[in-house]
Amino acid sequence: MTKIQFELDGKQVEAKPGETIWQVAKRQGQEIPHLCYSPAPDYRPDGNCRACMVEIEGERVLAASCKRTPTVGMKVKTASERAIAAQKMVMELLVADQPERETSHDPDSKFWHWAEKVGVTESRFPSAERWKPDSSHAAMRVNLDACIQCGLCVRACREVQVNDVIGMAYRNHGAKVVFDFDDPMGESTCVACGECVQACPTGALMPAVMLDEKQTRVVYPDRKVDSLCPYCGVGCQVTYNVKDEKVIYAEGRDGPANHNRLCVKGRFGFDYIHHPHRLTKPLVRLPNAKKDANDQVDPANPFTHFREASWEEALDLAAQGLVRIRDQHGPKGLAGFGSAKGSNEEAYLFQKLVRTGFGSNNVDHCTRLCHASSVAALGEGLNSGAVSAPFSAALDAEVIIVIGANPTVNHPVAATFIKNAAKRGAKLIVMDPRRQMLSRHAYKHLAFKPGSDVALLNAMINTIITEGLTDEQYIAGYTEGFEELKAKIKDFTPEKMAPICGIPADTLREVARLYARSRASIIFWGMGISQHVHGTDNARCLIALALITGQVGRPGTGLHPLRGQNNVQGASDAGLIPMFLPDYQPVERNDMRGNFEKLWKQELDPVRGLTVVEIMNAIHAGEIRGMYIEGENPAMSDPDLQHARGALAKLEHLVVQDLFVTETAFHADVILPASAFAEKEGTFTNTDRRVQLAREVIKPPGDARQDLWIIQEIGRRMGLPWNYNGPADVYTEMAQLMPSLDNISWERLVREGAVTYPADDPTKPGNEIIFTTGFPTESGRGKIVPARVRPPDELPDDQYPMVLSTGRVLEHWHTGAMTRRASVLDEIEPEAVAFMSPKDMRRMQLSPGDFIRLETRRGAVEVKVRADSDVPQNMVFMPFCYAEAAANLLTNPALDPFGKIPEFKFCAVRAEPVELRSAAE
Amino acid sequence: MSHDVQQVRSFEHPGQGRKRAKPTPKGRQIDPVAAQEIEMLLRDRPRRRDLLIEHLHLIQDTYKQISAAHLAALAEQMRLSFAEVFETATFYAHFDVVKEGEPNIPPLTVRVCDSITCAMLGGEKLLEELQNKAGPGIRVVRAPCVGFCDHAPVAEVGHRYVLDATASEVLATAAGGKTDPIIPDYVDYDAYVKNGGYKLLGDLRAGRISKEDVLKALEDSSLRGLGGAGFPTGRKWRAVLGEPGPRLMVVNADEGEPGTFKDRFYLLRDAHRFIEGTLIAAHIIDASDVYIYLPTVHLRRGAGAYICGEESSLLESIEGKRGLPRHKPPYPFQVGLFGQPTLINNLETLFWVRDIVEKGAAWWTAQGRNGRHGLRSYSVSGRVKNPGVKLAPAGITVRELIDEFCGGMADGHTFYAYLPGGASGGILPASMDDIPLDFGTLEKYGCFIGSAAIVILSQQDSVRGAALNLMRFFEDESCGQCTPCRVGTEKAAKLMERPVWNRQLLEELSQAMRDASICGLGQAASNPLTSVIKYFPDEFKDAAE
Repeated sequence: MTKIQFELDGKQVEAKPGETIWQVAKRQGQEIPHLCYSPAPDYRPDGNCRACMVEIEGERVLAASCKRTPTVGMKVKTASERAIAAQKMVMELLVADQPERETSHDPDSKFWHWAEKVGVTESRFPSAERWKPDSSHAAMRVNLDACIQCGLCVRACREVQVNDVIGMAYRNHGAKVVFDFDDPMGESTCVACGECVQACPTGALMPAVMLDEKQTRVVYPDRKVDSLCPYCGVGCQVTYNVKDEKVIYAEGRDGPANHNRLCVKGRFGFDYIHHPHRLTKPLVRLPNAKKDANDQVDPANPFTHFREASWEEALDLAAQGLVRIRDQHGPKGLAGFGSAKGSNEEAYLFQKLVRTGFGSNNVDHCTRLCHASSVAALGEGLNSGAVSAPFSAALDAEVIIVIGANPTVNHPVAATFIKNAAKRGAKLIVMDPRRQMLSRHAYKHLAFKPGSDVALLNAMINTIITEGLTDEQYIAGYTEGFEELKAKIKDFTPEKMAPICGIPADTLREVARLYARSRASIIFWGMGISQHVHGTDNARCLIALALITGQVGRPGTGLHPLRGQNNVQGASDAGLIPMFLPDYQPVERNDMRGNFEKLWKQELDPVRGLTVVEIMNAIHAGEIRGMYIEGENPAMSDPDLQHARGALAKLEHLVVQDLFVTETAFHADVILPASAFAEKEGTFTNTDRRVQLAREVIKPPGDARQDLWIIQEIGRRMGLPWNYNGPADVYTEMAQLMPSLDNISWERLVREGAVTYPADDPTKPGNEIIFTTGFPTESGRGKIVPARVRPPDELPDDQYPMVLSTGRVLEHWHTGAMTRRASVLDEIEPEAVAFMSPKDMRRMQLSPGDFIRLETRRGAVEVKVRADSDVPQNMVFMPFCYAEAAANLLTNPALDPFGKIPEFKFCAVRAEPVELRSAAE
Repeated sequence: MSHDVQQVRSFEHPGQGRKRAKPTPKGRQIDPVAAQEIEMLLRDRPRRRDLLIEHLHLIQDTYKQISAAHLAALAEQMRLSFAEVFETATFYAHFDVVKEGEPNIPPLTVRVCDSITCAMLGGEKLLEELQNKAGPGIRVVRAPCVGFCDHAPVAEVGHRYVLDATASEVLATAAGGKTDPIIPDYVDYDAYVKNGGYKLLGDLRAGRISKEDVLKALEDSSLRGLGGAGFPTGRKWRAVLGEPGPRLMVVNADEGEPGTFKDRFYLLRDAHRFIEGTLIAAHIIDASDVYIYLPTVHLRRGAGAYICGEESSLLESIEGKRGLPRHKPPYPFQVGLFGQPTLINNLETLFWVRDIVEKGAAWWTAQGRNGRHGLRSYSVSGRVKNPGVKLAPAGITVRELIDEFCGGMADGHTFYAYLPGGASGGILPASMDDIPLDFGTLEKYGCFIGSAAIVILSQQDSVRGAALNLMRFFEDESCGQCTPCRVGTEKAAKLMERPVWNRQLLEELSQAMRDASICGLGQAASNPLTSVIKYFPDEFKDAAE
């Protein structure tokens, strides 16, 4: 690329193509004043504030340096008399209408910083009347008296996050930043990602916690610590602001996954760690506290069931109980649940504890409940459970399919990149029975009938094959099993599948053609694919689509199961699953176990262990008697909770390690107070296979301890000679056993913060895109596995006529243990709600906000109903985070035969109005 | 089978519910009735983004306002966000967005022009009288220049203009329900063709005359853009032609410059001459589509925003967005409408194409006076006996224009000052009545001719008052995008309202507005102000500063 030579303040300089005058000046060490321009990634210069004006020789007027790109030979003066006069006048005009600095919303703002630097903090102009404060939002304050109409918040909301809530309405000096139709922020469609707050240069938009009731900033951090977000698999990098050893505010960092972006959970959902329910002392069950499936403990006052104990006593009791069962009933009498919320090091150490301390492979975690079937299909076909490309590959794609996923809710920051891509012209096709925020950006939304995924996808495969849209060269070079697919897919014509899936044959054909013919197509999927008894078949279809069209292994193509938990990829990689040792080495394979047995100095159980739901069944069967549960909450997250809670209550010995007295901890014998995300150091692997380092932001409260330390102490007490000196030690050991971590040392992670695996070299970035030349299978080929159409396990009937589907809401995470204790999230979504289509509600004579009773063959709950036109008719959608109306009391525990994942997305339900219960509340 | 609902003790769920869950998803919900009404209204019209303003007109025309419920339903139909439709709807003066709980807009709106000429000729009094006398079913509002300055004061009742208006006549018009526009006599298609119309176009299309011949004629004639910028027309066409296709063409007939009414004059009387010019241009640049932007007539309508006369904000408006000027470079001939190379011409410029090519460049250049060439259509208004569109030699002086074309000054009025180029062309004293009025002749005085809107002031008028009127116009019509114009016009108007002007500060401000505004509006908004300070020291005589 040719560089552009030009003159900047008398000096010859070079600009890269596309580089602006402002950027070149900055590179030269000079920062030209700027307000509406943000050098942050993905912010387009807008050139409206005119604070950065420079003089260009031969031009009649000045130019905005933030937007103007130099041409060869151009002579630019950044500090000529005219330029300086204009810069100062702009500032003086704006200062005239600002609130007094001392009592302003942010005396430390970028605006005041520049006013000072330019030397204009007073104005000779009369001030204008300005807008009143808006305190309607739980997390943010809007004080437009400080607004300079620079539009950074508009770009933040519309172009970066594409939430499309903020507009610049009206005109002239009445131009106003508005939410929707100039509504109060708290009553608007705002999803509280906080991008606008992060972008605002004046303090007109501020986190509420920083302001007093006069809207003056009173809170300033003592220090800042770089770490990660604890929630979903996107892996956003975060800077935590700490004051008086409390986290007061989170800001997005320019991580490879998030480019400074965050969502409401990441930005405003951090204060659960300071909740009064936080456990700070070990608890031991009182001898007279009988266990009962329906028993409930007050997390604020657990002393009805527990007493405080010293760590020494609690650890001894915890370990002795496990040892007793192991010694009396054998290793299979125990099981352990680790957590996808913990670090790689914790996951590794926990599975090592189960495999070497307990002596079996009875270890699992919530991956079983989310992507087990996806991983089963990917493992079977490609011998790798990981994504083939990062979600940002959407930006290189021409066609993007999002199926069975609702990323604006569950992976909000990943969704922003998909929306960015759609805005840039990529054709987005959303396939989901429920409509969603992405639908508006989609070229097509295919609202197919729940549970008919295979019919839909097979019709697409049929079209691609019968119309000759396959990539023959790719099929010949990199796949196997195509002929079988070709034979079996014959019957799945779009005409035959259309009535099954509810999508017209022509649409199925059109979408199939789009996907197959595009230069680059990528598929994202979520739990709508995996949480079915045919989850593995669903995923097989997606893999087949990619393999027969060669839409994998190139930029903008690929298969991306959006991973749910912040470390579900890493925990699975680290072996926190019953069938695999770290790096997916099958436990049955004698040739694979050797390395582990050598390093761990112990023989390992060659039989795969039980999965989450199987473990619950085994407890009821009397086979498993003791459990160690670290950071999981099966009493909320398992299907058919009555059954799961019964199992937990039946255990002879249950050790729970957590932040709070969770619904699972109700049934514990020993509760060990653990460390929250912000209190620990460790590595976490995001959905993109990116290994990232989290740092300790503050110390755990009271006597709460590091999870890694607790696991080690239990291990020692079970006879393991462990002496790890922290996460670096553990990481170094696991990296020896996991080829996936080759060239990614702990030191490298400390230095770089994030490295994607596989990495070919300690100095080169890891490979974002894999499967570029075949697959890590024995044949080197990807295996195409045909799928047959199979109905959901429990179909609606006269008695239970509707479909219940479960999932999440934007504000709440998993079982709600964290997010419902985060003040902002609780304020935005404070109560249990189920979602129904307004049409069904009118039919049932329900008003929005009424209570309904939902009953399935397994249980019943009463819950408030929300009218949501995104929900198709005859469906009830329910988040599973609400303990007071736990959706999983209703769900069907039927399992996918390969992934062993329950069918959370489909069961038969009856909904009926109930007399208003809220009157009593 | 029946299950008991598990009784959950209040402590069991960690969320203590300081608030109640919303019964609907976040934000405003779509009202099913409004949704149906919008669907009925749009029917099979495309839901394309660039038709947003058209669809807003449809709602406004049908319901005389745009309710929040309709606006939300429109957003859903067009798959746009609430913010997108709201910011566009509230940018344009002709849309009345009414939120829940706000009173409905009365069925009839009377707009009273408050721009310079009307203001001089009793517009304010008319407005006041109408506001006092209009009944509850009539809304009386101010409006910027409506382009009948030769018949000031003017009011618009619905879509009917009342010229040389009195309050009683306006109210009678309203009471009579005569709210549709009046169309004057015009040259129809047959008459136009009979007189040789469309022959040139036919010859061009048939190859009997080459594109090059047309371009050469335009270049030789030195025809310049008559919208006000004065860019050589032939060169512009060539520049667009030099860009890779597909190319588009836009005709700017917005004519919002106070004092200007020539484009409408030609459009209403001899539209085919302009259409032929347009089709010739479209043929030569090989335009795939032509958009004609008119302030009121159907085609692609503006919606009440002076700024949309600025060529790049006009493009934004045609794309269905707020009319914010774009930064240049790139210029519209490079990156224009929908990102395509676009030829933008003023209506009158195209009007003259046929004549110049048919009669030859020499015919055009032979016209002119005082060393200038060509013809200009001067829109003359104010204190002259016969205001109106005056087709006169380019380069004529204001004195000659008044005496030879306007029958002299109006009775009882003495020539005191004049606006040589509409609202932004500055103000000159009668003593400077010998300057040729043309492109390039006025710049050295801090003025310009622009669209050749000449407003004549007499001893009965205050130039300070005129300058304030113009500054308020710019304050209202500023799009609000850049600081110098958005805040500058507002502050300037505030300072100019004061009995004593802070001339030092106003001069500093003017310079910054000129240097740092994004578009011509802000850059030129201070011209009247600086002219007054410079040429009318007498008006500041009493002021102790």
